Parts: sequence; C-alpha cells; structure tokens
Amino acid sequence: MTWLPAASDTAQSVDLLFYSVLVLTGLMTLAIFALMIFFGVRYRAGSPADRTNPPPRKKWLELGWIFTPLAIFIGIFVWGAVVYAGFYRGGPDDAMTVFVVGKQWMWKAEHANGRREIDELHLPLGQPVRIVLSTEDVIHSFYVPAFRIKQDAVPGRYTSIRFTPTREGEYWLHCAEYCGTDHARMGGRVVVMAPAAFAQWLERGNQNPSLASQGFELFRRLGCSGCHVNSTVHAPDLAGVYGRVVHLSDGRTVVADEAYLRDSILLPKRDVVAGYEPIMPSFQGQLDEGQLSALITYLKENQ
Amino acid sequence: MPTTPFDSTLERREADLLGIWAFLVTEVLFFGPLFFGYVHGRLTHPEAFTAGSHHMHVVLGTLNTAILMTSSLTMALGVAAARGGRKSLRTWLVLTALLGLAFLGIKASEYWMESSEVAQASGAELTFYFLYFAMTGLHAVHLTIGIGIVAWLWRHASRYGAAYHSPVEVTGIYWHFVDVVWVFLYPMFYLLQRYSA
Amino acid sequence: MTWGYLGEGYTLRSWLTTHDHKRIAVLYMVAITAFFFLGGAAAALMRMELATPAGDLVSANTYNKLFTIHGVVMVWFFLIPSIPSVLGNFLVPLMIGARDMAFPRLNLASWYIYVLGGLFTAAALIAGGVDTGWTFYTPYSTRFSDTNVVLVIVGVFIVGFSSILTGLNIIVTVHKLRAPGLTWFRLPLFIWANYATSLILLLATPVLAMTLTLVALERLFNVGIFDPALGGDPLLFQHLFWFYSHPAVYIMVLPAMGVASEIIPCFARRTVFGYRFMAYAILGIASIGFLVWGHHMFVSGQSMYAGMVFSMLSFLVAIPSAIKVFNWTATLYKGSIYFSAPMLYALGFVGLFTIGGMTGLILASLALDVHLTDTYFVIAHFHYIMVGGSVMAYLGAIHFWWPKISGRMYPETMGRIAALTIFFGFNLTFFPQYLLGWLGMPRRYHEYPPEFQVLNLFSSAGAAVLAIGYLLPLAYLGWSLFYGKRAPANPWQATGLEWQTGSPPPQHNFDAEPVVTRGPYAYDPVR
Repeated sequence: MTWLPAASDTAQSVDLLFYSVLVLTGLMTLAIFALMIFFGVRYRAGSPADRTNPPPRKKWLELGWIFTPLAIFIGIFVWGAVVYAGFYRGGPDDAMTVFVVGKQWMWKAEHANGRREIDELHLPLGQPVRIVLSTEDVIHSFYVPAFRIKQDAVPGRYTSIRFTPTREGEYWLHCAEYCGTDHARMGGRVVVMAPAAFAQWLERGNQNPSLASQGFELFRRLGCSGCHVNSTVHAPDLAGVYGRVVHLSDGRTVVADEAYLRDSILLPKRDVVAGYEPIMPSFQGQLDEGQLSALITYLKENQ
Repeated sequence: MPTTPFDSTLERREADLLGIWAFLVTEVLFFGPLFFGYVHGRLTHPEAFTAGSHHMHVVLGTLNTAILMTSSLTMALGVAAARGGRKSLRTWLVLTALLGLAFLGIKASEYWMESSEVAQASGAELTFYFLYFAMTGLHAVHLTIGIGIVAWLWRHASRYGAAYHSPVEVTGIYWHFVDVVWVFLYPMFYLLQRYSA
Repeated sequence: MTWGYLGEGYTLRSWLTTHDHKRIAVLYMVAITAFFFLGGAAAALMRMELATPAGDLVSANTYNKLFTIHGVVMVWFFLIPSIPSVLGNFLVPLMIGARDMAFPRLNLASWYIYVLGGLFTAAALIAGGVDTGWTFYTPYSTRFSDTNVVLVIVGVFIVGFSSILTGLNIIVTVHKLRAPGLTWFRLPLFIWANYATSLILLLATPVLAMTLTLVALERLFNVGIFDPALGGDPLLFQHLFWFYSHPAVYIMVLPAMGVASEIIPCFARRTVFGYRFMAYAILGIASIGFLVWGHHMFVSGQSMYAGMVFSMLSFLVAIPSAIKVFNWTATLYKGSIYFSAPMLYALGFVGLFTIGGMTGLILASLALDVHLTDTYFVIAHFHYIMVGGSVMAYLGAIHFWWPKISGRMYPETMGRIAALTIFFGFNLTFFPQYLLGWLGMPRRYHEYPPEFQVLNLFSSAGAAVLAIGYLLPLAYLGWSLFYGKRAPANPWQATGLEWQTGSPPPQHNFDAEPVVTRGPYAYDPVR
C-alpha cells in the first residue's frame, strides 16, 4: 500500500477534516456493531437473559438519537463548507493564474509568460495558484490527489479552483470525469519546484510571447480595437475592465471576471452593458480555447 | 377465470379514479424537464427567446386554444351523459374527437409553415424552436392517444350507464389534463414577449 | 396440501397470460435473475482486467462498454425492480388481506413492458454495446460517443414505464384494498417501505424518461438543450439526470429496509423498536431524498452556494436512515435471537448499510467530496449500500418468503453458508476500494498506476468469492424446488397476514377475508 502526500494547503485542511470525520464515524460504527454483537450474544435463543417486557419504544432515547446526530452532522457540514469555500475564494490578485485546457485525451497548460506544457504542470512552491479550466470537447476533470483538488472542465464555460502547493515533488495528475476511450490515459504529473528553480524553468525553452502579448495581437487582428479603442462606434472602454462592476441593460449587476469576458466574446447578445446597443458580433467558432485565454489575459493586464 | 380484487363497483371506481390521478402526476413530471428547460432558456437567453416568439402564429394558436377548450366542454358533457345513462354520450364523444382532430390539423399546418423558418435559426433561438416543437409535439402525441381512447369509448359506448362508467370518467380526466397542459403552452410560446422588442 | 396458485395451470401459456400477482412476481423473479447474472458477468470481466495495472485483458473501448452495461443492467433491470416487482407484487396484496393488486392486467402489462425494455437493451449490447457510462453525461453521449446510445435509451425509457406502472399499482392497492381493521399504523413496515418507494417511482422516473428522450433527440437531430454548441448547457443534463437518479437510490434501498423490518422482529421474536418513527423515517427518506441531487455535482461547475445547500440537505437525509439503524439494533434488545439464513442476511444488511451510510456522510462533506468524488471511494460507498445493502436484503427476503412463494423449504445450512460467503466476499471486494479512492484512483479507469495493484488484487479476489456466493443460492434454491421439504403455512411462526394462508397461497389468497384487530409484529420473546 502506498501513502498519499499532503502537498498543498488544501490537502492539509482536507486531511484534518477527513481523519476527524473518519474517527467520528468509525467510533459511531463500532459502537453500533458492538451493540449488535452484544445483543446478539446475550439474547441469542436459549440464553438465560431476562426478556420480560421488551420495550416497543422509548421516546426520550429516540429523540436523543435524532438530535445528537443532527448536531454532529451540522458541525461536520459547517467545517466542510468552510474548507470548500477556500477552494474558490478571491480573485487572481494574489494568485498566479494558469489556463488549463482539457481535450480528448490530454491536458494543455499555458502559463502567463506563454510557456506551454502538455500533460504536465510545473508550479512554484508556496505561491497561490488559480487554475482556470476549459475544454475543447467533452467534460473532463482536473484531479491532483496530492493536492486534494478536483474541478470539472465544462464545455462552454470557465471553471476554476485555487490552492497553494506546500511540498516539492512530482504528483499524479488524472482526468476524473469519464471522457471516452482513453480517459484512463489522460493524465500526467504536476511538478512543484522551489521558486527560483521554477522561474528558471519558466523562462528556459519558452519561445512564445506572453499570453498577454498574444492577446494584444489578437485584439488588434480580429478588429476588437476597431470598436473598443478610440472609435466612432459606441462600445464600452475595456481599459481596466477586469474586476470592474458592470451594470447590464436588464438591470442586473455583475463583476467582470473571466467567465463574463468569455461570454462577452462568444455570446455578446447575452449580457449587454446598460446604455449600449447589442451590435457586437459573436466570435464563436473563430477562437480556440488558447486564443480565448490569451485575449482574456490581455484584458486582465490592460489596466 | 381471473379474480377481481374489488368487492363492489364503487370500490373499483374509487381505485380507477385514484389510478388516473396518480398517472397524471407522472405526466406532470414527464413534461416537467421540458418546462424546466424552457424556464432555464428564457432566463439565460432572454433575447433569443423573445426573437423566437415573434415567429409564432398567434391567430392559429388562439383558435386552437378555443377549439381545445371547447372539446373539454364536450368531453365533460359526455361524462355527465354517461353518469345519467343517456344516449347522447356517443354524440359528445364524436364531437370531442372531431375537435381534437381539428386541433391537430391546425397544429400540423403551423408546423409546416414554421419548419422552413426554423431551419435558419441558430444558437439559443434554435433552442426556443426545439422546445416549441418538443413540447407542442409531446402534447400532440398525448392528444392523439386521447382521440384514440375517445374513439374506443364511442365504439363500446353501450357498456356505460349509470351503474358503471368509470372508463368514461377516467378518459375525461385525462382529456382535461391534456387541455390544461395546452393552457400553459399557449402563453409560453405564443403570448410571452410577443409584443416586446 | 395443495400447490395453491402454482397448481392453477402448468402450461407456459397459463403463466404468460396470468393476472395473478403471485405468478407475475415469479415472472419478474426469473427475468431479473437473468439480468443480474448478465450485469455480474460484466463486473467479473472488469475485475479480471483490474487485477493488473495494465489494460491488457480487454481494450479501452471494451472496458468502457463493460462498465456501462454493468451499470445500466444492474440499476434498471435488477435493483430497481428487484424488491418492489418481485416481493412487492407477491406480498403487498397478501400482507393487506386483498385478493390481488388493484389493476391485475396492468400488472401483467408491466412485466411485458419490462421484457420489451430488456430486449432493446440486449439489442444494444449485441449491436456492439454502449460506452457512455450509465450516467450518459453530455456532450459525450450526444455528440462524441459512436456507440448504440439511442438503442439503449429506448430500452431504459421503456423499462421506466414498467417501474411507473408497478408503483402506481402498489399505491392504489395500499390505499383501496386494505382488509377491515387494517389502519395505516397497523401496516407492516414492508408495506410502508414499498408505498414510499412507489411514490418515488411515480415522481422521479418520468423525469428520467424525458431527460433521456432529450439526449436521444439531440443525438439524432442535432438540436437540443444540453450542448453548448447548440445553445444548451451540459449542467442542465446533470441536474435533470440526478433529480431522478438520486431518488432512484432510495427506490433501491427503501424496500430493502422494509425487508429488514420484517425479518429482524421475526427472528428476534419481538416487536420492532419504535414502529411510528420507523414509518415516519421511511417517509422522511423518500421526501428529503428529492432535495439532495446536487451532491453528485459538487465539482461540476455549479455555484458554490448551491453546493452548500445540497451538502446540508444530504446530511439531513442521513438522520432518518440513522434512526432506522438504531431501531433495528434496539429490536435485538430483550429478544430471543435465532440466526437463520434470512436473519444473517438482514443483520448483514444493517451492518453494511451502516458502513455505506457513514461513508455517505464523508461524501456529503463538501471539502472531502472534492477529493473523493469520481474515485473508487464513491464506487465503494454505493456498492456497500446497493450490494451490501439492497442485494443482501433481496436475498434475505427470497429466503424468508421462499416457503410461501414455492411451498418448499430451502436447506438451512446451505443458506447460512451462502450468506456468510457473500458477506465475506463482499467486504473483500469493496473495502479495499475505499482505500483506493482515498489514495486517488479515479473511477472508470481500465488501467491504473502500478502502486494501486495490491488493493485491486484483493478486490478482484473478493469478487471471485462473491461470485461463488451468488451462485450457491441459485443452485440450492433451484434444487429445493424439486427436492426441498414441503413447507407448512407458517414455518417461521411469523406474524403478518401472508403467513395466515397456505404455502403457497391459493390463487385468491384467502379463503375468508381477514379482519385485523391489532398492529404488526405481535411477537413474544419469552414464549
């Protein structure tokens, strides 16, 4: 049997919760089994135990074993919910964003500086990371057991999860949502390195421009700047748009995050900004996931 | 010879009525996901659904609503006739079936006209049309089955009188259900946001 | 002694055109047994493949088809019909003092519908299988799989109607055909359990039918509501699918709980502890069970807040189940316990259901589920409940009511050996899977990292023992039909109206309509 390392902050908090709940449920199970065995032996047919007036019910006992488990369960729920909320909190300000795309049957990662990886993900020790997931075909799931994190990649949207690696080493990466023939082969490894070593690795062998500059090139080439920068066309100014509170024409207010920007590019008629006409064309089908993430990174950094 | 589990016709009628109501609950849940998909679509793609509703034939839809509701009236009169042991049962059943067929005819003509328009749609507007065809189509299937049952009742109408008529009642309840479903579908597809931009 | 309903005609035709709920129950029993062994064969091949890390026994595509057919067959063609359609059909009218179900011809139609659904599913298998998993997630099932998805959907759609009509029949029967004096709170818990199950059958199954129909339409016509490329949403599929499939697991476990509540009082010779709360707990499980479906979707991309609501409700649904476990345990207190084969199955059910339920609590906890979902931990959890739980209860029920159904006694020693073999084999198969899941082995993997081999080997060895365990009852129950001792009307000295008539019962069940004057389980351990 092997042992699963706890290689991230999330792993440590999950393990504490897991072992606590395991001990608690284990004790409850053993108590029930002990009672069943005790009764089974003591009251077996033919034994000399006292069987007069077996109680058909005992109200205080029954209520007791409703409300005691209820209190325990609420406690476990709250603890689990709090740890879980930590996987999704906060924006990208303090976390390094890595775009990961799943496709049958491989994982493609792209770092902010443009360095790309396939079936591998290098990360620096001690730095909060936010994986932004998308998929080119079916639902996949990005699972790193050593980090205790898992997040589905769903077509048509972005999903994300956040953690901080706390231990150097190499860890399994698996696809955890059945996705066809080679689902079992869709995986690889996550490599956690000391920050200096990671910085070197990031630069070395990278022939691509940064995601943001790729995005800027697309922004001009596809004509976005034609409407959104110094134009006679009445289109929202995108400088500093990321993280801004946006008022939509139907009265709702949203924060412009990656999902909002993605939808604005692919489904522009959906969430129209108040005071503007729905005249932006859709770029659905003209951009792959890599290009989308580049555009969005450009917009994020274009403050 | 098969044993009947009931001690009286009254007991059997009560069971038949409970049975049809329980069955209709399953029908509500059967249509349910489609209604849910419609609500989901309207909430997430309101502009596309509004655009779709502009292509519906509201005059024909309204006419069909009147036809179907009248058929519920004739069906109810048929049930009353069966309870009273009256011969007019057959007349009411025929009228109900004919009105049902008229509904189907008008629906078919709408489908004919819409199919060419729909072929050009895409994205969420296509979803609107899909839900329109799926929901009114499923409704039409249920209506067709109902017409079949009404025809069967007409054929065996002499069996039903004051003493025993629960098949007519059960069919009546089913028919009204089919009508009620339409009462929801009509505003959903023909009226909502038809007149907004 | 006569052969009762078994003696009313010996031709195949008399069986295939019967309106007798008892004969229909036997028809179901034969059919679901065949499907059990089909689903089991798929599992056997899977466990053989998984004995080694390399995917070398079957191809990846074949393995994917194996786990799909295993799930489809076991869930829809074995577990869901098992207790309600076999034992429910046989026992509900008997237990309430009726001559038959409310709609006997509809009952026969339900069986034919089941068979038709089975034929379509078998056709899908023969045509090359399906590789979507029994969960049919989109867009893989609608646009990417190139297997016989529509054919198997037709099969599942059709068999769903069999479930719905069986549930409808049980509900109307329990409402309208109870014997004089049989008030609701004098009903055996088996009736409560099957009644609540029937409510779920009625309310949940149609949602599945429509959801799968939409998958088929999207696949056939390239229009729909599940594929983002068509303006749809894959999560919409998941919500609709799990809205049915979570209550479905209660369809599979509530009848098993009903069985345990019949067997344990009988072999402890005392009334069940806390009858009222047991009945309320059944209703509680059925109703809260409709509110927890999102716990299958904690990492799906649904909102974090939705996750929290579903998690809290999932903890709540565990409370009525816990009540039942405590009450079964308390039913042993001051009893006079006889460890017959049915009792071994029933106690095994309680123990294994408890373990499965505790791991359910672990999975209900959001942060833990992120790590454990889609791993072997979940597989172990649901097999503890459905196999360690429901299958053991089904076998216990078959043994307990075998004298009533067949007029024969089964060999008791063989019964106990089989129960213990199954219990041991089951734990050896599935306990290692909890460890595999925690260590990070994902599910639906036909090859895996080599460090998982030892645990997988234990699991495969257990599967071999389990297979033997399941073959034993097939053999000796079959043997008993010809050579078993002739059964008396009430071999277990049990309460319950079904025991007040012959073994097997006459076609019309009771010579005189029973009148009920007291509650169930009037056992006395002292005598």
